[in-house]
Amino acid sequence: MTMRLYVWQRATAALMVPLVLVHIAVIFYATQKGMTAADILSRTHGSIMWASYYGLFVAAASIHAAIGVRNVLTEWSPLTGLRAGRLALMFGLLLAALGARAVLAVVL
Amino acid sequence: MLAELSVSLWRGAKDGRYETYCVPRRESQTVLDVVTFVQRHIDPTLSYRFACRVGVCGSCAMTVNGKPRWTCRTHVAKVAGSGRLEIGPLENLPVIKDLTTDMQPFFEKWQQAQGVFAPTKTRHEEIEQIRPDNPARRLADAAIECINCGVCYAACDTVRWNQDYFGPAALTRAWTLVNDERDAGGSARLQAVAGSGGCHSCHSHQSCQELCPQALNPTAAIAGLKRRTTAAYLKGEIKA
Repeated sequence: MTMRLYVWQRATAALMVPLVLVHIAVIFYATQKGMTAADILSRTHGSIMWASYYGLFVAAASIHAAIGVRNVLTEWSPLTGLRAGRLALMFGLLLAALGARAVLAVVL
Repeated sequence: MLAELSVSLWRGAKDGRYETYCVPRRESQTVLDVVTFVQRHIDPTLSYRFACRVGVCGSCAMTVNGKPRWTCRTHVAKVAGSGRLEIGPLENLPVIKDLTTDMQPFFEKWQQAQGVFAPTKTRHEEIEQIRPDNPARRLADAAIECINCGVCYAACDTVRWNQDYFGPAALTRAWTLVNDERDAGGSARLQAVAGSGGCHSCHSHQSCQELCPQALNPTAAIAGLKRRTTAAYLKGEIKA
């Protein structure tokens, strides 16, 4: 792994620590309160705060996972660094697209 | 104690096979004693490497019952409770013949990690005074007893998966020099160990520190290099 990828992977991991904790707290809150999907969506629709929060989460997870997948491919498959990097980039873009779709669905 | 040991030894090169021998069991017998018995009394064509026999030179490392060990200081009683021993060449290195491996890739990676001391002074200048309790010196001391046996390199999963990875010994050596105030390698060495085969490839599995016969902790040394190279990168002292 190169220095740049290492720093990006560690930085996104550090960023996701508080994001994951808040995400879990939100899940507990929603289930404890017995909130329905409609209740949740009524609070998230039009919310710039939730859009930013989960948008950042999706971006961090996509970058972090793509770098990890690149490492797995270079170590465990016959792919070279360049090809593994391209495949991992496609995986990261797929995650980002799926995540962005989910975020947009709950805030728009 | 059993009267005899059943000993399987790797014979041949890469495409070899294990052959089994009966060796008399003795008090305080080491694994190297067992290999030496086979070579002197059963099959003189057996190839293996040793020199000091007292845990100083680092020549006699082999795979013993699946784990890399320094054979001269490994007692049979510790590793062969069932009376069976399987001894092979070190993993992650090309096999020359029988129990001898080609250590060239191991030492080439020392060079790639810039594991050579770069002096800041000549012999005509005064010797620099380094206090033994200086924090940097303590970090350098922690890794200085490496005997280059290759046990950590053979135990390392990352070396197995990534042929370019320098391995624990070379990176531990680099960490020693990074902390040596007399060394002039500085950011060039950090640049060398921050590359694709460098410290950031380590997964911290810790097999190296578990099996190091000198009880060194290469994982901690590599973690130190990760921190030091990251700080240097963020300050712009080294490139990606």
